[in-house]
Amino acid sequence: MFRYLVRRILWAILLFLIITFVTFVIFFMAPNDPARAQCGGEQARRACLVLVTEKLGLDKPVTTQYAVFINKLLPITPYYDDAWHVVPHFQQPTLGTQYATGASLDDTIKQAAPVTASLVFGGAVLWMIIGLSVGIFSALRPRSLIDRAAMVFVLIGVSAHPVWIGLIFSYFFGVKWHIFPIANYANFFGAPADSGLPGGPAQWAYHMILPWLTFAILFAALYVRMIRANVMETLGEDYVRTARAKGAPEKRVLFSHVLRNALLPVVTMLGMDIAVGLGGAIFTEGVYQLPGLGRTIIVSLQAEDLATIQAVVVFATISILVFNLIVDLLYAWVDPRIRLS
Amino acid sequence: MALLEVKDLRTSFRTEDGIVKAVDGVTFSVEKGQTLGIVGESGSGKSVTCLTIMGLNSRKSAISSGEALWKGKNLLTAKPSELRGIRGDEMSMIFQDPMTSLNPVHTIGKQLVEAVQLHRDVTTRVARARALELLKAVGIPKAQERIDDYPHQFSGGMRQRVMIAMALINDPDLLIADEPTTALDVTTQAQILALMKRLQEEFGSAIIMITHDLGVVAETADEVIVMYAAEVVEQANVNDLFNRPQHPYTWGLMGSLPRLEIDTDRLVQIPGQPPSLLRPPKGCRFHPRCPYVMNVCRTEDPPLVPSERDPAHLQACHLDQDTKDREATKLIEVTMAGAG
Repeated sequence: MFRYLVRRILWAILLFLIITFVTFVIFFMAPNDPARAQCGGEQARRACLVLVTEKLGLDKPVTTQYAVFINKLLPITPYYDDAWHVVPHFQQPTLGTQYATGASLDDTIKQAAPVTASLVFGGAVLWMIIGLSVGIFSALRPRSLIDRAAMVFVLIGVSAHPVWIGLIFSYFFGVKWHIFPIANYANFFGAPADSGLPGGPAQWAYHMILPWLTFAILFAALYVRMIRANVMETLGEDYVRTARAKGAPEKRVLFSHVLRNALLPVVTMLGMDIAVGLGGAIFTEGVYQLPGLGRTIIVSLQAEDLATIQAVVVFATISILVFNLIVDLLYAWVDPRIRLS
Repeated sequence: MALLEVKDLRTSFRTEDGIVKAVDGVTFSVEKGQTLGIVGESGSGKSVTCLTIMGLNSRKSAISSGEALWKGKNLLTAKPSELRGIRGDEMSMIFQDPMTSLNPVHTIGKQLVEAVQLHRDVTTRVARARALELLKAVGIPKAQERIDDYPHQFSGGMRQRVMIAMALINDPDLLIADEPTTALDVTTQAQILALMKRLQEEFGSAIIMITHDLGVVAETADEVIVMYAAEVVEQANVNDLFNRPQHPYTWGLMGSLPRLEIDTDRLVQIPGQPPSLLRPPKGCRFHPRCPYVMNVCRTEDPPLVPSERDPAHLQACHLDQDTKDREATKLIEVTMAGAG
């Protein structure tokens, strides 16, 4: 188990380096001069450009710039003292600053990440609830009315785009019936005192209901289908017959023997899909004007703000890698065949 | 009273192509401590017969009729809860493929303990002690250490031993073994059969041994049923069956046993394929493959009746007794010559 853990962590670090390097090179090659952005765009003065280029290290080779960038991300780096001895140097990891304004990108991420996390994890809980209940029920009663209704839902769910669903929901639940708010985000821990914005857990959930639904429908549909198929397949396994031959009641057969096995692949899928969902969050955040990572990316793209985009990409990469690591470990914990091999 | 009495058992399955009669009027009984062998090709209905008795067929697609009297109680009409009380306790079953018959996510100890606690109100510690006792009885080396292992850490033969331990853990009166050695290699087969024989003496359970292997039957069974296309074609005491087989299908089975002593390039086989149970042939179901076929065979299904020589020997064939005796003797002589 320990060796498995070490192996997974080493893989995660390697992947992180590869992904960030590729991202870094792409931005390096983009026809956009950060120095010009900082010096006021088209009217930039030559003296300013030279000064800023040197300050940001833009005249250095890409590998050096990348090393500097990664170095700033680490909480601890090797540092040479006057006698050329290596001493550990502790620092506050940082994603750097925005070129045009000099604003801290760490703050940008800190503000946007909780919004996206609320959307993605809340949505995941919702799609798991729908996927498990409808999927299992459909598998136990194939071809029943509920099963057929579930399959219609699946078809709609996988076919409809979140933007379209979002607009439809906004129109009916918001504009027409005034049931749910259709824009903005309420901070879970309460809004700043004098901001006049809504805050607190109840407001948070109230503002997130439509985004959650919009975000979760696609995955709920996929999970209903996957869980239904897995449970149906597992119901036909020999060991399920063995459990029945032992005299186990159906409820016990279902929970102890069928679901434990049928949901193993779902654990893996969930980990990957939450990562994929981060991408899908862009649409939902766009429709409901949630100030999350997705919206940050859209705004930065329009402003050609490369530093912010890069910060979001790097942050998302780290989140996904850490998340996948957790899922891998969880999977090893629930499946003895992986744990012991 | 017989332990299990099956009368005119019929099971059909609804499929998309129509109704398949998988078991079509099977009658037999099992006495206490006796071993009944059921022989037949794949799809002859031997497994379905036993799954029907256990109530393990899919409830949606299977239709059963007839009677399966367990200690006088009809299992086919029993409530699911009653049936659950009998399954795994008084009557248990082991299956063909030990590789897939154990749940991969639970330790074998947990699965054995579950089998005990489903029927006995005992603490986990008591159930675990019982599990350990059974694992030792079926010959798992270092049972004490291995009880907390997962199925994938065992070989096929060892898993079948675990299955046997699980089946016997509540001291059942009847053990149904559905081709318990088919998926195992030959040496392991012999070990498992010897183990079952020994445990039968120890536990006094009756056994229904389902197999397509006449060798297994000869080694284990007291009474034998030969099934073909959902019907019983012959039933006799094991010695009578091997010494005086009365049905051309049984002759075919015995003739096709490979023999070490006879030098040959080809294995003998029964020509043709078993019939589709969607539309079984008219008359005797074996007639399209029977070398002795007569006109009457094509129109009339022969009933299962006592043979003229021996009332305890049941057979379903239109051939006259002299022909049967002659062919049986010929077959036995060839076999004996080979053995001699």
